[in-house]
Amino acid sequence: MHSTERSAWAHGWSTRWMIVKTALAEKLAYRGDFALGTLMRFLPIVTQVFLWWAVFQSLSPEDPHAGRISGYSFRDMVAYYLLTMVGRAFSSMPGLSSSIAKTIRDGEIKRYLVQPIDLLSFLFWSRVAHKVAYYFIATGPFILMFFLCRSYFTAGWPDALTIACFVVSLGMSFALGFYLEACLGLVGFWMLEVSSLLFVYMLLQFFLSGHMFPLDLLPAPFDTIVNYLPIKYLAYFPAAVFLGKVQGTALAIDMAMLFGWVLFFYLLSRWTFARGLERYSGFGG
Amino acid sequence: MSIIQIDQLTKSYRVYQKKEGLLESVRGLFHRDYKTIEAVRGITLRVEPGEFVAFLGPNGAGKTTTLKLLSGVIYPTSGTASVMGFVPWKRDMEYRRRFALVMGQKNQLWWDLPAQESFRLHQQIYAIDRTSFDSNLSELTSLLDVQKLLGRPVRELSLGERMKMELIAALLHSPDVLFLDEPTIGLDVIAQRNIQQFLKHYQEERQITILLTSHYMKDVSALCQRVVVIAQGILQYDGSLSGIIDSFSGSKVIQLQLGIEQAASGLERFGEILKTDMPRVSIRVPRSNVSRVLAEILNTYTVDDVAVEDPPLEEVIASLFHSIAEAN
Repeated sequence: MHSTERSAWAHGWSTRWMIVKTALAEKLAYRGDFALGTLMRFLPIVTQVFLWWAVFQSLSPEDPHAGRISGYSFRDMVAYYLLTMVGRAFSSMPGLSSSIAKTIRDGEIKRYLVQPIDLLSFLFWSRVAHKVAYYFIATGPFILMFFLCRSYFTAGWPDALTIACFVVSLGMSFALGFYLEACLGLVGFWMLEVSSLLFVYMLLQFFLSGHMFPLDLLPAPFDTIVNYLPIKYLAYFPAAVFLGKVQGTALAIDMAMLFGWVLFFYLLSRWTFARGLERYSGFGG
Repeated sequence: MSIIQIDQLTKSYRVYQKKEGLLESVRGLFHRDYKTIEAVRGITLRVEPGEFVAFLGPNGAGKTTTLKLLSGVIYPTSGTASVMGFVPWKRDMEYRRRFALVMGQKNQLWWDLPAQESFRLHQQIYAIDRTSFDSNLSELTSLLDVQKLLGRPVRELSLGERMKMELIAALLHSPDVLFLDEPTIGLDVIAQRNIQQFLKHYQEERQITILLTSHYMKDVSALCQRVVVIAQGILQYDGSLSGIIDSFSGSKVIQLQLGIEQAASGLERFGEILKTDMPRVSIRVPRSNVSRVLAEILNTYTVDDVAVEDPPLEEVIASLFHSIAEAN
């Protein structure tokens, strides 16, 4: 590596680090609202646990713990749900698409176009900062939650390789969630209002990412269709890896597929951004 | 060689023509009429290094569109432009490091953070070395008198203070070319004057090239030797500010201070009486008649003092815009 290349490389990373630091400082400016908002996201766990309890109770009123749905016992279901929450803590991107569309609509995007900075890279590292701030607040409650529910993980701790795959899948699900939502936001170059598009996406994500229920529960042919969609990697897949539901060759194939989807949406977002700029007319004065 | 070269630059937009009313909104779901707006129509211009040029023109004249084209924010429909040898819309990183755009109605600072933190990020993004950064920042903050505000969140600053911070953010990397789009919009007279004085000083000192759009004639007359008038997307005038008055105003204003007990009656035959505040009277007279009228007044009336002035710049510009609009 030449020294100029090395210094460009070093400058690139120190810029990313600076973006992360600044975005983190901004996120923590409203600490009360931020902490409350983060903690409130744990509330749905309680309702979900009660909901599944009611479902299993109606299946086998004498002993709800004995009932099974597609191989999942009540404990498995709660364990699964907790793990999808971890997955979503990485892959969900609250407000990303709408803020990109808004940036285009009201002309704030000009700021990124005139500075020697890349918009998508800037947003990516700002989002990393948001996630770091989120984990800072949420790690405590997550640990507590997993500790309280430790008996629900009936198979115990998975082996080191599975844990490694789980961690890598979480990292990639973050990148997938980011680039997928970035693509949706960049549609703002063509349609100034993207909220309906986002609604459809959120609806699909709600049911098909495995956020609400394990995707194994889906009847044919939906289970096959969902298997070929990228959305399952946002919540179902990391949880399935941890629970040992995907192993061996299937795991390798799925990891490769996930990497492929990340690459696909990365390239698509780059392409959409470049095409969008060509037709951009500098709205908003 | 010119630092900015623009040749036959055009930019047109297709906009949806929505008619009024609910029924038309429903109709718009199925069929839409589009209209092509030609925001910039074949502008050719040269700007030399170190010039401070004002773009004047009514709203929608194409001034801001031209600045957006030169900043590389939008692509042109046709024509060419080069700034410091770069084609702006290629958005070369090297080009972006050498110019800045400040928009009076847009914010580039982080709203919830002190300006200081945005400046630090700028230092990193523009790769400004520490010594230059520190000396630029201390010079700019002392010139604009905002040293004490650096640690305050941007959202808590007044509009004038915020604009000063925006200017600092834009100038920290010592750009060679600066585009200013309405930098004093919405500011009170004192803040306007502060910003004008700062820009004048900074430009004279650094000899950077500045293109400014503004609706405040005071900005223009205080800062720019050269004025470019754009209206209907076409360059209508390019020259000195005083040249506008010579070219577009066919009249002068004669200010009279009449002698004691001298009545103003009969003065209306020389021209339009603009103001009577005895013993002072202002009369607008066609430029070609000035010497004849002046001689006749001095012969006929008792006059203590007399002055011949150009009509106010705002008035000339307003009538110029009006005549361009009528011609189209």
